[in-house]
Amino acid sequence: MQRRTFLLAASAATASSLLAPRIASAQQAQITGAGASFPRPVYERWGQAAREAAGVQLNYQSIGSGGGINQITNRTVDFGASDAPLSADQLRQGNLLQFPTVMGSVVLIVNLPGVQDQQLRLTPEILVELFLGRIARWNDPKLAELNREVRLPNIPVAPTYRADASGTTFVFTTYLSRVSDAWKNGPGAATSVQWPGGQGARGNEGVANTVRNTPGAIGYTENAYATVNRLVTTQLRNKSGAFVKPEMPAFMAAANTADWNAPNFAADLVDLSGPTVWPIVSPTFVLLPTNPPADKVEASRNTMKFFDWAFKNGGDAARRLEYIPLPDPVHTAIRAAWSNVKAPSGQQVWSA
Amino acid sequence: MTGRPGRRGGTSMGDRVFESLCRGAGLFVLLLLGAIIVTLFIGGLPAFREFGAGFLWSADWNPVEGRESYGALVPVLGTIISAILAILLAVPVAFGIAFFLTELAPEWLRQPIATAIELLAAIPSIIYGMWGLFVLVPFVQQNIQLTIGDALGSIPLVGFLFESRSFAGTSLFTAGLVLAIMILPFIAATMRDVFTQVPPVFKESAYGLGATRWEVVRGVVLPYTRISVVGGIMLGLGRALGETMAVTFVIGNANRLPQSLFDPSTTIASIVAMEFPESLMGSLKQSSLLALGFLLFVISFVVLAVSRYLLRPRLKT
Repeated sequence: MQRRTFLLAASAATASSLLAPRIASAQQAQITGAGASFPRPVYERWGQAAREAAGVQLNYQSIGSGGGINQITNRTVDFGASDAPLSADQLRQGNLLQFPTVMGSVVLIVNLPGVQDQQLRLTPEILVELFLGRIARWNDPKLAELNREVRLPNIPVAPTYRADASGTTFVFTTYLSRVSDAWKNGPGAATSVQWPGGQGARGNEGVANTVRNTPGAIGYTENAYATVNRLVTTQLRNKSGAFVKPEMPAFMAAANTADWNAPNFAADLVDLSGPTVWPIVSPTFVLLPTNPPADKVEASRNTMKFFDWAFKNGGDAARRLEYIPLPDPVHTAIRAAWSNVKAPSGQQVWSA
Repeated sequence: MTGRPGRRGGTSMGDRVFESLCRGAGLFVLLLLGAIIVTLFIGGLPAFREFGAGFLWSADWNPVEGRESYGALVPVLGTIISAILAILLAVPVAFGIAFFLTELAPEWLRQPIATAIELLAAIPSIIYGMWGLFVLVPFVQQNIQLTIGDALGSIPLVGFLFESRSFAGTSLFTAGLVLAIMILPFIAATMRDVFTQVPPVFKESAYGLGATRWEVVRGVVLPYTRISVVGGIMLGLGRALGETMAVTFVIGNANRLPQSLFDPSTTIASIVAMEFPESLMGSLKQSSLLALGFLLFVISFVVLAVSRYLLRPRLKT
């Protein structure tokens, strides 16, 4: 009898000690986000760090911006993520608050035998003509004149683009539309467009691989991808007429030049003027419901807690992954905007 | 004795349960198929309404806001051409394999080759895609397009098929090649199985009359197994039409009408996989993608129906 009680007590003790941590981890706040694949690496890094530091566990599914917008509109996730800002109308209809989290840049990669990294100089006009197929060979006089010290090979130009609809394509085609009317009235700007020529490849890795395999290829990828894989990038002339190398100081210059007072934080960092500004930089956005139902208030608060933590402590992690943290005044403005998120009781969800 | 009627009752009860379960399963398949078709059609309806029949022969695919215009011509053509190319490349090789395995190969070699073919069928399509991108694409670019393609480009009338200004190696031809390798095991395995099922007495009689191996295969084995052989080819064609991942990696994903076999193009399955994640719910783009899915369904159905029809007179004899 005694023995049995002892056994019972012992097993109860082990059970409780086994269960305890699980209960604790279940009590750790979980938030779910879905959307853009562009910021996935940095969200994941922040998520790992914030689990301990902020007590928030992030589950982020990079299903694409379109999918993210769909899911947050249906409220199946706690926050959505999109590379392109939503229009004021879309935000009002969906009762969504939009704020940027981090910035990234798009760079050009080429495969030209004998041409070094950051050596080739391109102007916006030439870039457009390359992607429109109007410059067919690399030893074209226009290119040769710009690059006197480079020996350009006589091989055909093979433009390479993202075949999957992507935020990267949206940013790049926005830039091309900005600098060229021919592009604006031709293919235009969207997450996928009707490319006049060239090859489509899937994802950054597909573009990089196609460019690597094809002499004469030119493509565009996120800077993070080009840096990690040591791809051959190019210089690009910016709006002020200066040739800029795709490097962190040039990206930061763009971030500091941008007008962050745009409504809904839809700051435009494409083709800004300034002597050191890299012209193809873009923020990525998070979409948060402004009217969370009662059972979602906690998740909404934790989402803000997570990004608050990331804004305070995530800058270095972002920079290491070749992302560009937002300037501090923007962080402050975003925290102020969070006061628009209200619980059903009318109370502000975020108070800090 | 006493247990017997009870057991018999149980059996008839079991019979009834089993029968209704089987009937349910059969009806369930029909219901599922119908539900999928209806869902795709309803989803694609806004696109059909917006573009009318022009959806079928428009080569546009322009998702830019404000001038959205979608057409199915390029993906439909790409799907059909790549699948036909795959069949043209795979069937002769599959026949060779089956012929070798059943008539020529020494006994000890048959099992290893048969196993290798089955293993080929077990490789996931994403692996074919990656292998295609890293190995086959550069190979086609360097060794097929630049040498054979250029040489054939000067042939009058059909030369345009081989002359391309795209040199990346991702093309309709590469997609057909990857698809051919993927469907090879299905066709080869079916052919081998049905070739072995020819009654030996038929073949022996032919040999007795002095027929050669080739004459036996052509005059006895093939006519005897024709239906199953065509069935195997259709199985392969069906897979080639719907293959997604492997094709996406190697076809070049260009929504333009291809001028030659070495031009990039796209297929229905590939464009849906590429564009669906970024399409907004209820948007014209998503509706067009669903309409494409519906068309793929129709194409597969037509292929099956045509093959059935072609086989019908032979089925009677």
